[in-house]
Amino acid sequence: METIIILHLLLGFMIIGSVITIEIRNMLSAVIAVGAVGFILAMAFLFLGAPDIAITQVIVEVLSLIILIRATINVDNEAIEKKEEHVLSNRTTLIFVGIILVFAWFAFHSLRPFGEPLMRISNFYLIHGLAEVGAANFVTSVILDFRAYDTFGEAMVLFVSISGAFAILRRWKREQHKDFLRIDREH
Amino acid sequence: MTLYFLDFVLLIIGLYALVVKRHIVKKILGVAIMEYAVNLFLILLGFKKAGIAPILTKDMDLQTFIQTAVDPLPQALVLTSIVIGLGTLALMVAMAIRLYERYGTFDMEEINRLRG
Amino acid sequence: MKKRKQSGMTFIVKTITNLIIGFMMVFGAYVVLYGHITPGGGFPGGVMIALAYILITLAYGRKVVESMVSGVAGSICDDVGALAILILGVVGLLLGGTFLFNFLPKGTPFDLFSAGHIILYNLAITVKVGMSLYIVFLALAILQRVVTEDETQEVGK
Repeated sequence: METIIILHLLLGFMIIGSVITIEIRNMLSAVIAVGAVGFILAMAFLFLGAPDIAITQVIVEVLSLIILIRATINVDNEAIEKKEEHVLSNRTTLIFVGIILVFAWFAFHSLRPFGEPLMRISNFYLIHGLAEVGAANFVTSVILDFRAYDTFGEAMVLFVSISGAFAILRRWKREQHKDFLRIDREH
Repeated sequence: MTLYFLDFVLLIIGLYALVVKRHIVKKILGVAIMEYAVNLFLILLGFKKAGIAPILTKDMDLQTFIQTAVDPLPQALVLTSIVIGLGTLALMVAMAIRLYERYGTFDMEEINRLRG
Repeated sequence: MKKRKQSGMTFIVKTITNLIIGFMMVFGAYVVLYGHITPGGGFPGGVMIALAYILITLAYGRKVVESMVSGVAGSICDDVGALAILILGVVGLLLGGTFLFNFLPKGTPFDLFSAGHIILYNLAITVKVGMSLYIVFLALAILQRVVTEDETQEVGK
């Protein structure tokens, strides 16, 4: 019972943190606020019985904070967001958000009650995991033996996205070194 | 049930930041908040009341472990999802940096006007 | 009188980096190698090793870290890691009949060398994820600084 109260508190803090993230005007503060939301999420993962995921979330959060701060502190030090007019007016947005939330409240009642998962496939993994794989960490045995295709696909997706980031950030040598221009003129 | 609903509110906040804000990095932060909400929802689906983590230790009986362990399958999927989220965040930040160098501003409205 | 340009951060940051780096690398290796017994695995361990190199980049500057692992070496290690995942899958296909088949012996639980090919996969994923995140950080953080360093050097001449 205390776990569920603590989870409500943590989710409340995450909502407050994300409202601060999107409404604050200084970009560095926004990035730090989203980092705080990520760390509270890692705590929530610990209370939900997922230590693997909590470790991964903390580590990935630190790295994404570093990458995001690199994007906001640029050469011109433009760290303040300009005052903006919103794309949709405030009243229309609120009406649509209200309608979505009302329907979502009824939609979530069709899920199973919280805390009683339907473990049809996972019962198989839990019962046969130790005999067929021999790993004590059942999450690792799921991602690397029972469902190794998904991990393989993930490694490939990471490869493609990092190659894409590299392809975007690559500078043509012509912009930096002048001798390449000289070679081009000789041709 | 209110936990699912609060998580959905987090998703809507992220979606609001993605659609309404003009600064590109605010949009990227909105995508990050949506990723947090989705990963949390998957782990919430697999939670068992008074459950333990699906890691076997030496002094645990196998039968009680099978009865009380939380669902390991959503955790495997979320592990994949978190790392892929990092990859796409790196890609989005690279694009934002390139846009700044090309147009001199982070503001999407001005970039739409200055295209070319 | 020649004034040597100080790269990287202050002396305090460099000292703390010296003390912490060994611990980070060993802890990252522990999380990877014992991934099938305790929580962890290839992905957090790989990111942790990338974070160790990123700490050296932030504290000491680009030249020091590129003398350890240059951008080209990191890219080659990234490709080697991805190829290793593929080759392990194909070996599973040849030895067991299905792609990504677990072809090593199971062993006893709670041992280091148990659970078949999981430890080899963890190592390949670590090399791949760690090196690719390290080179993406080099590209994000360093490319802009290359332009400004060239400009200041030209002004100094």
